[in-house]
Amino acid sequence: MIEIRSVRKDYISKNTRVVGVDNVSLTIQTGEVYGIVGYSGAGKSSLIRCLNLLERPTKGNIIIDGIDLTSLSGKELRKQRQKTGMIFQHFSLVSSKTVFENVAFALKAAHKSKGVIKSRVLELLDIVGLSDKKDVYPAQLSGGQKQRVGIARALANNPTVLLCDEATSALDPTTTKAILQLLKKISRELGITIVLITHEMEVVKELCHRVAVMQDGRVIEEGSVYEIFSQPKQQLTKQFISSVLDFELPSHLIEESKGTIIQIQFEGPTAGESILSDALQKYSVKGNILHGKIEYIQDVPLGILIIELIGEAAEVQSALEYITNRTSSVEVLKHVTV
Amino acid sequence: MSLFDSVVNILPDLNKAFLETIYMVGISLAVALLIGLPLGVLLFTTTKNLIFENNVVNRSLGFAVNIVRSIPFIILLVALLPLTDLLTGSTIGPRAASVSLSVSAIPFFARIVESALREIDKGVIEAAIAVGATPWMIIKDVLLPEAKPGIIQGLTLTTISLIGYSAMAGTIGGGGIGDLAIRYGYYRYDNTVMITTIVVLICLVQIIQMVGDKASYLVNKR
Ligand SMILES: Nc1ncnc2c1ncn2[C@@H]1O[C@H](COP(=O)(O)OP(=O)(O)OP(=O)(O)O)[C@@H](O)[C@H]1O
Ligand SMILES: [Mg+2]
Repeated sequence: MIEIRSVRKDYISKNTRVVGVDNVSLTIQTGEVYGIVGYSGAGKSSLIRCLNLLERPTKGNIIIDGIDLTSLSGKELRKQRQKTGMIFQHFSLVSSKTVFENVAFALKAAHKSKGVIKSRVLELLDIVGLSDKKDVYPAQLSGGQKQRVGIARALANNPTVLLCDEATSALDPTTTKAILQLLKKISRELGITIVLITHEMEVVKELCHRVAVMQDGRVIEEGSVYEIFSQPKQQLTKQFISSVLDFELPSHLIEESKGTIIQIQFEGPTAGESILSDALQKYSVKGNILHGKIEYIQDVPLGILIIELIGEAAEVQSALEYITNRTSSVEVLKHVTV
Repeated sequence: MSLFDSVVNILPDLNKAFLETIYMVGISLAVALLIGLPLGVLLFTTTKNLIFENNVVNRSLGFAVNIVRSIPFIILLVALLPLTDLLTGSTIGPRAASVSLSVSAIPFFARIVESALREIDKGVIEAAIAVGATPWMIIKDVLLPEAKPGIIQGLTLTTISLIGYSAMAGTIGGGGIGDLAIRYGYYRYDNTVMITTIVVLICLVQIIQMVGDKASYLVNKR
């Protein structure tokens, strides 16, 4: 378990003070995949870098499995870091070392014997699917392969925590998918707690159990991924999830339509449709489905329907109220009052 | 006397002078490597946000290095005569000349090492810290290997500068090729010797540069 207690991180240079992290408290459960999202400069990197003390918090404590990192001596801290793997946006491999040597370095840091290092490195390269590249230098690898080396290095000493700072931001969509699958496998099979920074909600949807949204150094919203997707509270959160959930109707469709257009969000695969058909039966309103989709977030469906309601204004209003009362959210995209 | 004969005539002298130059440059290069390299590493690692961050040490070392670097070599040569006498028991000859050459080579090489280290991606150093490596491991397994091409180039540069400086040392009795050129070419107006020494120096520098470039290329895995 990772406990972040009232952590603050100030960057002081010359005569200015920049707040990186502003009084953040979070608890991340063991085995969880925890996402942190936010725009550039929100303090995501600053926060995650506090988790292995690459940045020392100005205030507050970081407690991992009962150990307060801020109280550790140099040697103890190095030991703790061996139990906390980290992967980076730009991979950060040693260019003068082969793939094998890059991974071996982490084991050497933990004072493992030559024999142990050899067998463990081969085992790790097998896990990340790079056995055939062991004697190659990083310059000869693709971005995705470099990140696999980064992951092998991070996992070398059987860490309990894996920190990922925009681990897929420098990769193309296909490679990103493959790396996310690998992280998913690691989370499931090794039970490692993963803390993952991203600015893509797709990644959160794909991988995370819980997520925190950061802005100006603060966590402004936090919860299970399903909660955040289905009931976002903050404006920024809504903006973020809209990249995944929103469907942009062609504007001419909206202009030309004669009815009221609403977007319904519902939890469960069919609930929305049955409520809709009930509403259409109950009131003398016609409904056209303009768009419909179901997102599976952590295997739980979240449905979106965009429909056009045509009928007498009063009837449409009643149908709208009926639907609103029975689904998790209804947004009116176009209102017609004739 | 034909040109050929006069060249053959000075061959024994040239050979001796050449070996003396190699000796002086070799010793100073070894000292530069032995002291300048750690000094360069220290200059780099004591800067802000690095493994041995220490403003006082960084400033003092930087200041000391700059002082030596700002003294023209010929003045350093004279100023260090007492130290030279103390260390080698003499103020003339290639052994004596090695002292001032070393003193000037140390800060020169240290700065080159420092700037080669600065070229390293900070993320790589951070990754090594994140993996729990000790500072010593980071220096040995990350900093030095990553900076190796730059350090080798710096070594080439230092060697070539040292050859130039060794000629200056020659003028005040240090021996070597510079000494030869001054004695024959300057005092006796012997153009053959002058030109021969120039040709020898050009070849020497070319070879060093070529070997240095090749070595730097071979160790560069980027
Ligand atoms: N080493 C540093 N020195 C000074 N200021 C810093 C430093 N690192 C970060 N900051 C500042 O702290 C704030 C948070 O930065 P941080 O890198 O944590 O943001 P981020 O959310 O990771 O952004 P991005 O998505 O661009 O990576 C920014 O205002 C940034 O300028
Ligand atoms: Mg960042």
